[in-house]
This record gives sequence, C-alpha cells and structure tokens, in this order.
Amino acid sequence: MTLGIADRTGTLPEAGSAAHEQPVTSAPLIFFSSASGYTGRFADKLDTQTGRIPLHTSEPTLLAQRPYVLLLPTYGGTAASPGAAARGAVPKQVIKFLNNEHNRSLIRGVIGAGNTNFGESYCLAADIVAAKCRVPVLYRFELMGTSDDVAKVNEGLEEFWTHQSQKPA
Amino acid sequence: MTEKLKLIDSVQAINWNRIQDEKDVEVWNRLVNNFWLPEKVPLSNDVQSWNTLTPEEQQLTMRVFTGLTLLDTMQATVGAVSLIPDALTPHEEAVYTNIAFMESVHAKSYSSIFSTLASTKEIDEAFRWSTENENLQKKAHIVTDYYRGDDPLKRKVASTLLESFLFYSGFYLPMYWSSRAKLTNTADLIRLIIRDEAVHGYYIGYKFQKGLEGESEARKAEIKDYTYELLFELYENEVQYTHDLYDGVGLAEDVKKFLHYNANKALMNLGYEAMFPSTVTDVNPAILSALSPNADENHDFFSGSGSSYVIGKAVNTEDDDWDF
Repeated sequence: MTLGIADRTGTLPEAGSAAHEQPVTSAPLIFFSSASGYTGRFADKLDTQTGRIPLHTSEPTLLAQRPYVLLLPTYGGTAASPGAAARGAVPKQVIKFLNNEHNRSLIRGVIGAGNTNFGESYCLAADIVAAKCRVPVLYRFELMGTSDDVAKVNEGLEEFWTHQSQKPA
Repeated sequence: MTEKLKLIDSVQAINWNRIQDEKDVEVWNRLVNNFWLPEKVPLSNDVQSWNTLTPEEQQLTMRVFTGLTLLDTMQATVGAVSLIPDALTPHEEAVYTNIAFMESVHAKSYSSIFSTLASTKEIDEAFRWSTENENLQKKAHIVTDYYRGDDPLKRKVASTLLESFLFYSGFYLPMYWSSRAKLTNTADLIRLIIRDEAVHGYYIGYKFQKGLEGESEARKAEIKDYTYELLFELYENEVQYTHDLYDGVGLAEDVKKFLHYNANKALMNLGYEAMFPSTVTDVNPAILSALSPNADENHDFFSGSGSSYVIGKAVNTEDDDWDF
C-alpha cells in the first residue's frame, strides 16, 4: 500500500497532493491494520468502500467525511495482570485518528478483530473505543475472519446504515 | 544421534537501535510483558477439586497434560530453535530464543500441575502412556520430520500448525473442567499458555507470509498445497488421538468441533482461508466462554441480541490528549 493514499476507493486526494498532506475519506467503513495485514484482508472482502488509517503515526492521520463504522484489531495480552491489560490495547494510530474531534464526532459503531486466545483481552480495543465514544460494538471476529463473518458484516452494515438514516438527526 | 542441527553461518552483534521489521520489536515486547511462571499460579487450591474427579477423569487429565508436555518440549528444544537459521533479521532470531524458552516454561508448568495433584506413581504412568501412545508419537514424528527438513517455509508451516492447531485436543479438557467450575486454577495457568501460543502462531505465521512474498507463483502454489496436505495428515491423526483420549468420557465429538475451529485459525495465521465450514466449527459455547468471556454470541449486535449496548451519538470529550 502506498503511503499517504488511504484506501482503494473512498479517498479523494487533492490534485498533486504530497505525502504529508492529510488524506480524506468518504468511506462508511474505516479500518486500521498493522503490517501483518489480517484486518486489512477482511476489510478488502467487504462490499462497502473502506478507508485505511495510515500505518505510521508519523504520517498525517485520515480525515473522515461522513459517518462511519470503525474496524480495528486487538493484538491482545498486553499485560500479565487483568485490568492492566486495558492500557495499550488501542493501537497508537487509531488513537491519533480519534484524537481528531471531527473524526470522533462521526463514529457510529465499532467492529473488533481479535483472537479468543487472548481471553479477557479478546477484541478489547473495540470495547474501549466503543465505551469511550458511546457507540455500540457491532461485531467481533477472529484473525482475518471466515466467509461467514464477511457475509454477516456485509448484511449487518447495510441494515445498520438503513436504521441510522431513519433516525432523527 | 549423529545428525547435527543446522546453525546460522555467521553472527553479528545485534543492534536493537536499527530495526528492519517493527513486528520483531512489537512481538518481543509483547512476549516480555506476557512473561509468567507457574509458581505464581495457586495450583494447590485445585487439590480439593481434583479429588472430586473420577479415577477415569483423573487419568484422562494426566494423559492430556503429558501429551501437551511432549509438544511443548518439542517446540522448545527443536521447533523454535530450528527456525533461527532461517531468520530474516537478527531481532527475529532473538524472538525465537524467547519463544523457545517460554515453551520450556510451559513444559515445566505441567510438571507443577502433576506434582500438585498426583502421586509419583500416577505421574510415571502418565509419562509411560505418552511414550506408548501411537497417535501422540505419530504427531511428534510428523512435525519433527519437517523441522529437520531443508525447506524454511515448510518448517514455519509445521511450526504454526503445532502452535495453533496441535495443542487444542489437549487444551479442550482444562477449558471443559473450568466451565464446570473444576480445576479452575489449573485452567488459569493453561489460559496463560494459550495466550502465549497465540502470539507465537501469529508471529511465525507473519514471518512465513513475509518469506512467501518474494517467491514465484509456482512455489506459492506448492507451499499452499503442502500446507493443506500437512494439515489434513495431522488432522486425521488428531481425530484418532481425540477418540483414544475422550471416547471414554463421551466428549470426542465436542472436542472435534474445537479442532476444526482451531484448524481454521491456524490456516488464517498462515494467511490462508479457513477450511472447515461453520456447520462443524460450532464450538460448545461453554468452552468458548471458558476461553474468552467476550466470545459468546450475545455480543453480536448485528444478530439483534446486542440491545444491552448503550447506543448514542458520539460525544466530544474534553481531554486535550484523548488518551486511552
């Protein structure tokens, strides 16, 4: 993935934009995926347009243009004792993205990727973001997801946005 | 034994201030943060619970744990070490030494469980069983053969399948006991092992995919075929092993679902698609929630059962630095 270009369909880079300019996205699903790329592979299989939060915090973060659902992984088991695990569960890149007040105001739901082997930390980052932003965790899946997970998320997102559009502003 | 394990050709002083792959540092840190020792787990609190198990259930538990001990010993002394010569970075080598040591901790922790719960005679009998059980020995042989082979990518496949698939016929049992409020401290210890194996499988699977990137399409196809073939060979043996162990207590079918579920996860760790359809991966919810309290389906908002979640518009917090 080319740095500075945030996604495959939803990004609208300014003509002649340099890598240091802030990428914007009009995608209804925004995700973060680390160098291992499992979450990204799941996102690629969805029907919806997606926007990717940059891999490095040294890059300008993504700017959302419309209400979106955030998909993020938990790498889990960040601390040996329960409770302490919460700190550091949310990837720095996602924190940078959500530190932008505009981005935060547009989040409507969260989807978590993870591994049940991480016990109480399974999809913990999704839980933390959801609680902090007061939006629901819509779905959880493991690693890069099965075809069933893809189908459920495609269906679920369609319904979710239909309901959202019927809600009073 | 006259054959020698291959060693790396040259060693340079490792510089942790020059990092080629950030995953090495990330995983090293995670492994270090996850470090634990069996002495920290109050296993002796399980003695009373152990005495409520029937002799058959006790014997099953001992056998399961000797089987797991064998796999952890293999991974510590052969598996993780055999990956070192193929490492792409010096930091990757260091991570494998961490993995190897932790596997030794795992292997030792089963002995802590044994010495807490069982007599010397029972322990010796269980170890004798592990050397005589055909299917257990077969799975050890299949994997060590690949570790001795000369294909680095195939070694990583074998290692990931061991970390992410072969342990689970054994891990099932402590999760089962835990779901019935038995041997709960032992289950806590096993959960620490399960967490470690997930990081190991993830990392070795990631390095496998990095290694595969530069290969030709024909080679990629060869490795993919090999992976599914090896998984199938191991799977057939696991099914036999599962029947050997669990038929007596009537749990074999339930364990097999857990095997399918974990085989899919092992494939995903290697970047491949899941193989078993959801009709055979419907793991007993009690086992899943013993593994992770977040794993039950009530957390699936899309299925309409997530009504307990607070839904509201995002509110702006006042924190300057919106820290987590």
